[in-house]
Parts: sequence; C-alpha cells; structure tokens
Amino acid sequence: MSFALPSLSGSPVGAALPPVDGQALALEFLNYAFMQRALIAALVIGVTAPVVGIYLVQRRQALMGDGIGHVALTGVALGFLFNTSPVWMAVLVSAIGAVGMELLRLSGKARGDIALAMLFYGGMAGGVMIINLAPGGSTAGLTSYLWGSVTTVSASDITAIVILAAFVLLVGLGLRRQLFSVCQDEEFARVTGLPVRALNLLLAVTAAATVTVAMRVVGLLLVSALMVIPVVAAQQATRSYAGTLAAACGFGVLVSVSGTVASYYADVPPGATIVLIALGLFALAAALTRPIARRRARRAELPVPPPGTPVGERATVPAPADPDRSSVPSR
Amino acid sequence: MESVISLEGVTAELGGHPVLRGIDLVVRAGEVVALLGANGSGKSTTVRAAVGRVPITAGRLELFGTPLSRFRDWRRVGYVPQRSTAAGGVPATVREVVAAGRLARRGLLPLRRGDHEAVHRALETVGLADRAREPVATLSGGQHQRVLIARALTNDPDLLIMDEPLAGVDLASQDVLAETVRTLVGRGAAVLLVLHELGPMEPLIDRAVILSGGRVERIVEHGDHLPDTHACHPEDAPEPSAEPRLHSGIL
Ligand SMILES: Nc1ncnc2c1ncn2[C@@H]1O[C@H](COP(=O)(O)OP(=O)(O)O)[C@@H](O)[C@H]1O
Ligand SMILES: [Mg+2]
Repeated sequence: MSFALPSLSGSPVGAALPPVDGQALALEFLNYAFMQRALIAALVIGVTAPVVGIYLVQRRQALMGDGIGHVALTGVALGFLFNTSPVWMAVLVSAIGAVGMELLRLSGKARGDIALAMLFYGGMAGGVMIINLAPGGSTAGLTSYLWGSVTTVSASDITAIVILAAFVLLVGLGLRRQLFSVCQDEEFARVTGLPVRALNLLLAVTAAATVTVAMRVVGLLLVSALMVIPVVAAQQATRSYAGTLAAACGFGVLVSVSGTVASYYADVPPGATIVLIALGLFALAAALTRPIARRRARRAELPVPPPGTPVGERATVPAPADPDRSSVPSR
Repeated sequence: MESVISLEGVTAELGGHPVLRGIDLVVRAGEVVALLGANGSGKSTTVRAAVGRVPITAGRLELFGTPLSRFRDWRRVGYVPQRSTAAGGVPATVREVVAAGRLARRGLLPLRRGDHEAVHRALETVGLADRAREPVATLSGGQHQRVLIARALTNDPDLLIMDEPLAGVDLASQDVLAETVRTLVGRGAAVLLVLHELGPMEPLIDRAVILSGGRVERIVEHGDHLPDTHACHPEDAPEPSAEPRLHSGIL
C-alpha cells in the first residue's frame, strides 16, 4: 500500500533528476513509472472533477467539495488504523458524510452552511485523532493526502481512480439533463416526476467519489478547487451548459497535467501548482473575455420592444421568495 | 365533464402556520380558472399543493380523478412556478432550459430526436424559436417568462398551471401568452392561473376564484356581462391590498 513508501514528499525525485539537455529534457519525466502513473491520474482527474463541479457551481454549493474533502481525511486515517486501503476507506466515509449532509439539507433541520461547517470540523479532527491512534501512525502520514503527491500514486491507486472516475463520468454525463434540471429548478424538476431526492443523493455520492479520485494527486485540501475553478473559468466565455461542461473538462485536463509536470520539476506538491495554474487560467479567461462580455451585454440591451409596448418590462420581478428555492426547505 | 383538478376542504401548513384553511376548487377539461387574491392569501400555496409541493394536512386532492398520492402521470401536467430570478450559477441556453420539460416523458433516459422537435415546437408557440441558442441570462423578464412557459408546454399538457405568468411581462408577451392559453383550451386542456390582474387573459377566463386568508372568499362565474376590455394596470402599481380588482368589471 502506498503508505509503506519511505517518503511522502517529492524529494527522491528531485535528487534523482539527471542533468539532461534540450530535447531529452522535455519528456524525460515519462521514463519514470511513478510519473506515468501520476500523469494518468492527473488526466483522469482533470476530466472528472469539472463534470461534478459544474452541478455544484450551478447549485451554488461550490464549497461542498471542501466539506467532503475534510471528511475523506477521516476515511484515510481509518484506512491506516485498520490497515486497509486508505483510498477505498475514504470513498466509503466521504460518501456517508456527503449523503448525511444532503439528507440534513433536504430535511431542512439545519442551515446548509452550518451543516458544512460541522463537516469541516468533524472530518479534520477525526482524521488527526484517528491517525495518531493507528499503530506507528502520525500526522505526517497524512501529508501526502492533504497536499497531493506525484511520487506516491501506486498501481492499486490507479485502479481505484479509474474505476471511480468511470462511475463519476457515467453519472455526470449520462444523467446530465436530469441533474441539470434538478440543480436549475428543483421545484419544477419534482413536478416532472423525476426522482429528485434520489438524484440529489446520487450527486452527493458522485461528489464523494470525485474527491477521492482527485485526492492522491491534488490533495484533499485543494480537491474542490479542481472541481470549481475550471467551471468558473469556462463560463467566462461560454453561452450554453453543454459548452461550459466541455470547456471545463478541457481546462481541467490542461491544468492538472501541466501542474503535475511542473511540480515534478519544481519539486513541490502538485496540488499547489495545479491550483495556481488553474487560477492563472481563470484570470486569463476573465481578462480575455471581458470585452466580449461587455459587447454582449450591450447587445442584450439593444432589442427594443415592439412599438406600443411601454408597459414595465422588468428583468427581475420582486416576487416573494419561493420557499422551496431558499436554502432552508420548508419541510 | 371530467374534473382535472379537484380540491375539497384542503388545508395546509407552512412553517407550523396554517396557510390554507379549507380550499374547494374544481377545474374541468376545457376550462380556464383564475385564482385571485391579495399577496399572502394562499394562491401560490394552493397551486403548489395541487402539484404535490406542499403536503396537505386535511381534505381531498385529486388530479385527473386520481388521488395526488397515487398520481404518476406527470407528463399531463405543465407547471410554471412563480419566480423571482432566472439563471442558475452556470450559463444555459433557452433550449437547454426548455428541454428539461421533456424529462416528464423520458425520466432517467437521454432525450431523443422527437424530444428536441417538441422543444422546438414549444419555443415556436411562445415566439422564441429564433432565440433557442441564446443564454437565458440575456433575455428580458417577459422573454424569460415565455421560456418557462415553453418548458411547461413541451409535453402538450392536459393541465397547465401557471403562477403569476403575467408578472413583469410586457404587453407583447402577454398577448403571446393569452394566445397560447386559447390554443391549449381549444384542444380541451384545463388551465389554472394565478393572476394579479386579468389583462389579455380576461376573455378566456371561465371562473375566478378569489382567496382571502387561506379560504375561498367567493367565486365569480363567467357571465354574459363579462366586459370585453380590461383597463391595463401599470406593472409597478401597488399590489392590490385586500380586494383584487373588484372594481374592474368581471367581479
Ligand atoms: N415557507 C414558508 N413558511 C412559512 N410561511 C410561509 C411560507 N411560504 C409562504 N408562507 C406564508 O403563507 C401565506 C401564503 O403564501 P402564498 O401562498 O405564497 O401567497 P400568495 O401566493 O397568495 O401571495 C403567506 O402568509 C406567507 O407568509
Ligand atoms: Mg404567490
């Protein structure tokens, strides 16, 4: 298992870097098996994370991934304690946490942000507590899971990552119309007879799976960034949901692969490089599309109403808030 | 005639407070019924109860002769919720939003060609076929309302329920809407509308049910004396305080 590896940081790689010139340097990292695994993982993560992230962003639950990430930490620690795979244990525990959070939200018994806060604290504290109870375990053992690592992605991790990613893509792409409807207008979705509750829970489990897919490379504390930033960067330029989804996946792959390669050379945890590159991409997208957005906004104002229609055309109707769409369901 | 919606002595609570205190309401096939009343009189709660979004605490509620708890045929129902804002956190085109209506038919399966054709027809009905690829966020209030109505029309519903479809809608859109309702009713559908003012809907309305404090205050049947014109009230006029437009002829 991966925790048996001697070092959890990237240091052996840095030391092993041979002095090479020009052409060879470019792809030299591909010669290392651990780097091949890390890149496969990065590629899979880059596609997968935004597929789930888009629904969370649409529902304005961008922080949900962070909450799940913290709970997954408890799962990782339990994996050490019971000497089983930390990845699968993290899937199990974070799925339970995500479903619990969703049930709490649906029951309307707690405010969404408070439920999330509890999850943050409980997950983090549980992880630190349990890891110290594990034989020979210490908080240092969690480091690679917190910040990600290119050197510690094992072959069995890859298997887990690919299986989980297949599940996430199946749900996130196969049910995209249904999940879009539920996240866009839950009240309407219920009146079309969709199993809204089941879809909400499925989305929660899928988000948990995504967090564990991404945790080996990006790290639990930054997982959510890869679910959110590519989506937000993509929507600077896109007009449709399908277009946003496609562009976000492209951005996701771009930043996770380039961040992984960069972290190999810079000898820093990949999570940080991936997130910083993603933020740079977002800033670039925002700067480049600003003139387009402004022109589009101006064009949107242009169409004049047909002659003889002076009656108040209001962009937003100050109607009483619909109870079902507030953060606290009335049931 | 078959009663499409029927409520008998329906009561409901929200947040522990009684909101509906015994509502009787029947809409039959081919009828247009307007639900009127002051803000907070329970109009939205009544229609939300009718589509199963608010649990009822007593009374009987049937759709198409089936008790609501056993009703599954949601493709026969088109619903336009009352709303304040449009877009979610991610851009979506008019067509993508309207396509959600077809899930009443498809369930968890992907959409097929027939579904996309139905979406196109619904957009033509509300006069937005040429805006199908535009993001909903760039539409005006009236156009946005038409998008939500198109979404409810994608299944050619036998029952259309609209909560304040005219709120914030320009006159041109109001006429499109009235025309849509006329066509639907002509085919034998039932329509239940929550309205603040009748506007161009007035000649279509068979019955007006006026709510007050969660009860039916009175019912006005469409008579021969129903005036054919209705003064148009400016959109930003103050909400009717207690008696909704009783002076306006129909009532
Ligand atoms: N989620 C809720 N919790 C408690 N009371 C509510 C809730 N939603 C609506 N109400 C109350 O129910 C009453 C009826 O509301 P509603 O049906 O929306 O009125 P209308 O649509 O006629 O303006 C109002 O007094 C409102 O304050
Ligand atoms: Mg209302």
